[in-house]
Amino acid sequence: MASAATTLTGAPGATRRGPSLPTRVLRFVSRHLVATAAALTLLYMFLPVFVVVLFSFNDPAGRLNYTWNSFTVSNWANVCGVPGMCDAVWLSIQIALLATVVATGLGTLIAFALARHRFRGRAATNLLIFLPMATPEVVMGSSMLALFVNANLIALGFWTILLAHVMFCISFVVVTVKARLSGMDARLEQAAMDLYADEWSTFRRITLPLAMPGIVAAALLAFALSFDDFIITNFNSGSTVTFPMYVWGAAQRGVPPQVNVIGALMFLVALAVVLGGQLANAARTRRP
Amino acid sequence: MSALTAVRGGAPPAPAEPVRRRRRWVPYALLLPGLVWLAVFFLAPMATLFSTSLQVGSIDEGYRPAFRVANYTEALSAFSEQFFRSFGYAAMATVLALLVSYPLAYAIAFKAGRWKNVLLVLVIAPFFTSFLVRTLAWTAILGDQGLLLGQLKEIGVLSPDFRLLARPFAVILGLTYNFLPFMTLPLYASLERIDRRLLEAAGDLYSSAFTTFRKVTFPLSLPGVVAGTLLTFIPAAGDYINQRLLGTPRQSMIGTVIDSQFLRVLDYPSAAALSFTLMVSIVVLVWFYVRRAGTEELV
Amino acid sequence: MSNSGVAGAGAALRLDGLTKRFGDFLAVDDLHLDIPEGSFFALLGPSGCGKTTTLRMVAGLEAPTSGRIILGEEDVTDRRPYKRPVNTVFQSYALFPHLDIQENIAFGLRRRGQKDIPRQVKETLELVQLAGYERRRPSQLSGGQQQRVALARALINHPRVLLLDEPLGALDLKLRRQMQLELKRIQLEVGLTFVHVTHDQEEAMTMADTIAVMNAGRVEQLGDPASLYESPATVFVANFLGQSNLVQARVSGRSGNDLLLDVAGQRLAMPADRSRATSETVFVGVRPEKIHLATGNARETGDSRSAMGANQLSGVITDTSFTGTSTQFLVRTSWGQELVVFAQNTSAERRSATPGETVVLHWHPAHTFAFDRSAEADAVEPVAEESAPVSRVKVTG
Repeated sequence: MASAATTLTGAPGATRRGPSLPTRVLRFVSRHLVATAAALTLLYMFLPVFVVVLFSFNDPAGRLNYTWNSFTVSNWANVCGVPGMCDAVWLSIQIALLATVVATGLGTLIAFALARHRFRGRAATNLLIFLPMATPEVVMGSSMLALFVNANLIALGFWTILLAHVMFCISFVVVTVKARLSGMDARLEQAAMDLYADEWSTFRRITLPLAMPGIVAAALLAFALSFDDFIITNFNSGSTVTFPMYVWGAAQRGVPPQVNVIGALMFLVALAVVLGGQLANAARTRRP
Repeated sequence: MSALTAVRGGAPPAPAEPVRRRRRWVPYALLLPGLVWLAVFFLAPMATLFSTSLQVGSIDEGYRPAFRVANYTEALSAFSEQFFRSFGYAAMATVLALLVSYPLAYAIAFKAGRWKNVLLVLVIAPFFTSFLVRTLAWTAILGDQGLLLGQLKEIGVLSPDFRLLARPFAVILGLTYNFLPFMTLPLYASLERIDRRLLEAAGDLYSSAFTTFRKVTFPLSLPGVVAGTLLTFIPAAGDYINQRLLGTPRQSMIGTVIDSQFLRVLDYPSAAALSFTLMVSIVVLVWFYVRRAGTEELV
Repeated sequence: MSNSGVAGAGAALRLDGLTKRFGDFLAVDDLHLDIPEGSFFALLGPSGCGKTTTLRMVAGLEAPTSGRIILGEEDVTDRRPYKRPVNTVFQSYALFPHLDIQENIAFGLRRRGQKDIPRQVKETLELVQLAGYERRRPSQLSGGQQQRVALARALINHPRVLLLDEPLGALDLKLRRQMQLELKRIQLEVGLTFVHVTHDQEEAMTMADTIAVMNAGRVEQLGDPASLYESPATVFVANFLGQSNLVQARVSGRSGNDLLLDVAGQRLAMPADRSRATSETVFVGVRPEKIHLATGNARETGDSRSAMGANQLSGVITDTSFTGTSTQFLVRTSWGQELVVFAQNTSAERRSATPGETVVLHWHPAHTFAFDRSAEADAVEPVAEESAPVSRVKVTG
């Protein structure tokens, strides 16, 4: 059994210098601590979500839904029980849908121009697309307010919110769709034309289906951005109340637990959409 | 001649231009509606903001166009504290977000295997819920009698006066939290792009794990670090939701001031001057940062 | 040079003065070609020689700067790609990832509203030996299978001309060999005209009936594989198609049907009808495998072949390398040029010539070729071949 002992203990006489201390430390870190740190970060990310879901089942003692009192499902059964909240949610959905349609349309056109055409002013266009993403919301919101106040053409409310939302969604749509288009092989379109497909038929049969995942992703992103926007909306809403505006107002008085129900629902719906997309994708590639 | 040949290489020339007689106006027609929208609702507002920042008058007698540079000096001297606090908080939140995100991004890129997509969904999932609602959830966690402190105070570990909420800590924690995906995703993207063989090559060339990280992995992930820090710093510097929900007026940031000057005090010129200064200082900071980091890759 | 095409009735494709400029760069320079109906035609040349640009112009994916493209009797120069009866097998295959194999192959038929699509797809899949793959996706196939699908997708339309753009470039060597034979079989079976673009001289010689060797936007030489190899007309062709020893020479006279040549004071002969030279200053060439090596020993014992009026040059071996089937020798001549000789390893004799040894090179006059040197005054630098690292003949000297 001498050989077994040797294998277990290694060569006893060898006082070979091992890797340096920081190296050994880092090896340990990369083996265990990276995973631990990653898990902790994920926990940090999910902690508020747990709390949102948890407190959607709370039956608060007073007006403030910050401390746990007792379990109830009445918040879920009676979501629209608080005055104004469901109206605000519905308004947010309407604005988000409209903003998504317009921004996805405009942004997709720009993305096609950038990815498929040569033209003068490309650098300026890229800059104009980039700037809204690099500008703090408070600056964009206040500058639009300055415009609306000075021009005095349109009353603050539904339409000014929509105009603003489309504006900040366009850039994100362009970036998302362009990424998809530039990853696409231009030869596929050439192959289609070589196979008797005219311009329209090439676009409909090849370009559009291949760009679609990018366009859908861009639309989902635009919807989420619009639905969740507070700062820009706050500047340009007048007396119109979207869901984030409602939550903001409620935060001053005391947030009803139904807000948590909406928060939990948003989480679940979005998760279902993303997972559904991934599953559909997996199913499509696995199809025999 | 040889240079030209070298440039053309073996690739078929210009495969992106298959269509002859391509009409030159097509790209402009595609660009026009969207760019007009951005011009009218982004550029024009910026110009208006600038002209507003130089106006004189009051809300009662109306504001008149002028060229009053003093609006800037007055507003800046009155609110310099909030300015510096905003940049300080945003910088701290950015550094914290980088420290917290890097191991996660690294783990997803290099250690997740087939769980990669699941983990990526998990990274964005928490942010599907409303910004305001998840920020309010922190008040329930950090509140004086909340999930965390309530228990600790009950068993006597902490004194009843101990607070986390309403302190810079809570505001910075909120800022860090809310913009985490903007840090994690670019980091992941640039780490993912690193060729594993480079790391093996570094190991083969007598580099220890530590040196490999310092000399190869981290430098190669720099585009992600730059993009992530910018995408975190910029919104954090302008944010006031975290301060308003998790802090007190003592932590008030420049966004808070702009918001109240515009919407409550109705001092448009001063608010516009602050807003414009915020924009310009961020552009300048980003410019220098990107120049120093030596990368053009922003998005 | 010989830009004139194969003369012929029934040209499937005629290129008439075809020219393409990209800015200042002349990619294709006044190209004239006639490609006969039913032939397997190869455009062979190094990267950037204009062969792919030519193909793309025929397909309609690139607009010519000037010149005409005539398919059969029709001038298609100004037609959109989808209005031309040609189809392309792309280098990267360009299979539509969102469609299954059946729909990929049926794509062209559907665009033209044809009937009976499933049967046609089935037959074409059988032709390329992929029966039963209708419902797979391109991503589920191997590179070789994708290549066959790309071929089937083009073939099913029965184009006047089938264009193949480096179709085997992405395959490994063994698969490439196999596909070469298969492509040839399919071409013979369907009887279509194939125009094949490649940089691989072996691929071109294996498959094509006629090869046009292109360089810098022009056709250097046109002909069947054997005549191109045995009788190259330019320095470029001599070096791009296999290896050559090129030696500067002067035409010194005639003797019967033979042309007499003077190389640094030594006399060589070749059949006059094999010479393409029209002037006195010429390049004389011989392929390395055509040369026999006689060591000092062999000469003393009187080698039978050296008596047969063979061309002879003497030199000193500077390097030998064993390559398996043959041994490669470098021999320095009296005027300092290094010539390459391949000797088949057929002899059981182990002792072979070694560096430093003086040898005599001899070859049959009928294996000699010659062309004008003046035409090569601004000689094209021999282009480095992509495969075997081979030492090149120095043209200066």
